[in-house]
Amino acid sequence: MHRSFTFLTWAALLCTAALLALGLVLPKWLLFMCTMAFANGLVSLGIVLLMRGGVVAFGQGLMSAIGGYTAALLFQKMGITDAIVLTLVGGITATLLTAPFAPLLSRYRGIFFSMLTLAMSMVGYGILVKTERLGGSDGFNLGRVSVLGQALSDDWVGYVLYAVAVFFACLMSYLSRIYFDSTRGLITQAIRENELRVEYLGGSVRHTMALNFVLAAFMGGCGGALAVMALGHIDPNFSYWTTSGEFVFVAILAGTQSVIAIMLSSVILEAVRSFSSAYFPNTWQLALGLFLMFVIRFLPLGLGSLWSPKSQKEQEA
Amino acid sequence: MGLAVTILIDGLTYASWLFIVALGLTLVFGVLKILNIAHGSFYALGAYAAATFVGWVATMKWAPGWSLVAMLLAAIAIAVLIAPLTERGLLRFFYGHDEVLLVLVTYALFLCMEDITKLIWGANPYYVSEPYSLFGNVEIGNQIYVGYDFLLVVLAVVVGVAVWWALNRTRQGKIVTAVIHSPEIASSMGIQVSKVYMHAFGVGVFLAALGGAFTAPMISVQPGVSVGVIILSFAVVIIGGLGSIEGAAIGALIVGLARAFAVHVVPVAELFSIYVVMAFVLMVRPEGLFQRIQARKI
Amino acid sequence: MSSSLLLSARHLQKQFGAVVAAHDLCVDIEVGQRVSLIGSNGAGKTTFVNMITGYLKPDQGSIHLGDTDITAMSPRQITRLGVARSFQIPQLYPALSVMDNMLVAMACHDNQLSMWRSASQPQHIERGVELLERFGLIQHRHRRVSELPGGVRKLLDIALALTGSPKLLLLDEPTSGVSAEEKFPMMETVMHALGNEPLTALFVEHDMDIVRRHADRVIAFYSGRIIADDAPEQALATDDVRRYVTGELRQEANHA
Repeated sequence: MHRSFTFLTWAALLCTAALLALGLVLPKWLLFMCTMAFANGLVSLGIVLLMRGGVVAFGQGLMSAIGGYTAALLFQKMGITDAIVLTLVGGITATLLTAPFAPLLSRYRGIFFSMLTLAMSMVGYGILVKTERLGGSDGFNLGRVSVLGQALSDDWVGYVLYAVAVFFACLMSYLSRIYFDSTRGLITQAIRENELRVEYLGGSVRHTMALNFVLAAFMGGCGGALAVMALGHIDPNFSYWTTSGEFVFVAILAGTQSVIAIMLSSVILEAVRSFSSAYFPNTWQLALGLFLMFVIRFLPLGLGSLWSPKSQKEQEA
Repeated sequence: MGLAVTILIDGLTYASWLFIVALGLTLVFGVLKILNIAHGSFYALGAYAAATFVGWVATMKWAPGWSLVAMLLAAIAIAVLIAPLTERGLLRFFYGHDEVLLVLVTYALFLCMEDITKLIWGANPYYVSEPYSLFGNVEIGNQIYVGYDFLLVVLAVVVGVAVWWALNRTRQGKIVTAVIHSPEIASSMGIQVSKVYMHAFGVGVFLAALGGAFTAPMISVQPGVSVGVIILSFAVVIIGGLGSIEGAAIGALIVGLARAFAVHVVPVAELFSIYVVMAFVLMVRPEGLFQRIQARKI
Repeated sequence: MSSSLLLSARHLQKQFGAVVAAHDLCVDIEVGQRVSLIGSNGAGKTTFVNMITGYLKPDQGSIHLGDTDITAMSPRQITRLGVARSFQIPQLYPALSVMDNMLVAMACHDNQLSMWRSASQPQHIERGVELLERFGLIQHRHRRVSELPGGVRKLLDIALALTGSPKLLLLDEPTSGVSAEEKFPMMETVMHALGNEPLTALFVEHDMDIVRRHADRVIAFYSGRIIADDAPEQALATDDVRRYVTGELRQEANHA
């Protein structure tokens, strides 16, 4: 768990390079699927951040919607087409719009936190559906993005979007890993185990959870912007609670110990989704539900627990 | 004046079916400590079953009044078939776990039931409109209201009184109350807690299905109905307080009236007015309007 | 206020419905004292500790730490002023290792909670190792807390409280839940570990042998009132204490 900084940096660079190289040989549909997986994986990363603090956020869909609508609006109304800029601004907007709620949300735990975030997500949905200027329930479209000033040709747009998604996913995962191992990150885990003792040791549950919420909002916003650019379209469903539920599903599948597990779980979800919609369109949700039950029952700590070091039992030998 | 009456009646009608459904949700939470996301799915099952049963009444050319009986039977059938299966076959393996974990299990169940319903009844909407015209129309002021809506109000009152009476005035009710307060102590007094859980869950499912069955004539019964219902039910029980009958009633009234107000006066706000109220209550008084708080002991 | 006075509680009143948990309590604690709080269950010892540490607010009265009025402060604020407590039921982080528990304590106390500075900083690990060794827990450093036996968990609970180098340490029944043979050695370990630190300690205790051995002052509670406040030998010899705490004298029939 406490790997060195240099090791982490090299691991992150290698991962990024490997994924970029891999992208060059993948077929277009798989590139698209992975782009969506990494975009959604970012949103789920936000949920994991909060889960490490012991709360399950059912409202990340709102963050992803804010990021997505921001990106789409900037593209349509202000002609900003750079993918990296759009992603960052999407993340920042989501953070700024929801940061005022962070101190409030940090007071809640358990079911109430989940319900409050769910309510926020549904308020967002309600507003988006009824706002005609944002396209109402149909949402609106986004054209082709550019990167670093370069326009993108038909052949390359899929790969470049994939590359941008890979870049953000690896960067955020790397930073998250450092954050998990930091003093703030450790206190987050302690809060999940025993909030009372954290307060009695001088730590602040509220400050830490508010920070986690803001970080999660940023990730959600970035993820939403990336997803919109890949899909070319955004609508209010991004903020519906069932969309938020899918992000929660990935977080549960991944567990809270490994950042790689999150991206992996997101890829698995996208793969199951693509496969199901092609062959079993009427049983996609059934498959998801059974899968979730299986994970909860037999792998409650998520995929990450399969390879993360358990409390160093091995070190005793 | 006419508008106020319309809002009142609309709100009351909406509150009625919502109260029946939310009562089931709050009961299950109070007894089993499970916040059941799949509760909306039981509502949908009730609606679909009612569509099927009422369809049979129509084909058999019985008097239209029988369709009401059919709807009631549909709700009972769903409760009898689905409740034991769900509670004994799935939920009991997760008792004692973190409450949010149980929410996730019910979420998984909800996902499964969405598709199971589609597999059984298909994806096309069902219309069960015959019962809706059973009670003719009522004129109040200058507005015409459908008589069926008032049936819903009556049903809600009957259900509310029945549940309250059962819980507070019968021996079984006292046993259930004991389990609500403390399953461990109840168990040590010889109460079979698992049986209480089973029956409470059964009643919860019945109430959801009942709400679904009797609302079926007013909506188009199609995939996705459960999703909206569960969100509304959550709003009601959060506002009213988890585990409280009075809370479910007041919460349903608040939600019903807020929605009616929005629909008639501020249509843009229709969808999110309810969630704003819910979020507001969560912020100001998270335990709801009628709830006791438990302190953590060190 | 004289410079050797660390904690001053004045006219503390606390009622829970009809139960008076604290009635006009006045207590002054000097720096460096080892004070034992004794009394039967429900006498008001834990309520007193809870009021000092901010878990409860007194209905009336005030508490001062040095010159600072801490009566209305939150547990977190009081902890940051140098008051630490251990718990009757150990409050630990079960899924984390013993060492991680200590690192959490140090991170909490750390004024610069960082988003990137590692929780396993060398100086934190050093202090953690030092404390664990003092409490005889170093061999468990990598074990998960949920796997530890009761006595070890109690010691860890106290070690956590010490990480912040508090001025005032409150131990709520440090030897409760520990088997009879283990009580004495455990208290020896705790007191020995405290010996190095310049701190004042209050401990709630039921075992009078331990009280005689480790306290230089005894405060006895009964029904929310203080019935004795003296050196151990004197306090334990008073009739009230012998009647209402140690049970050596029989109580009158109409006293509950």
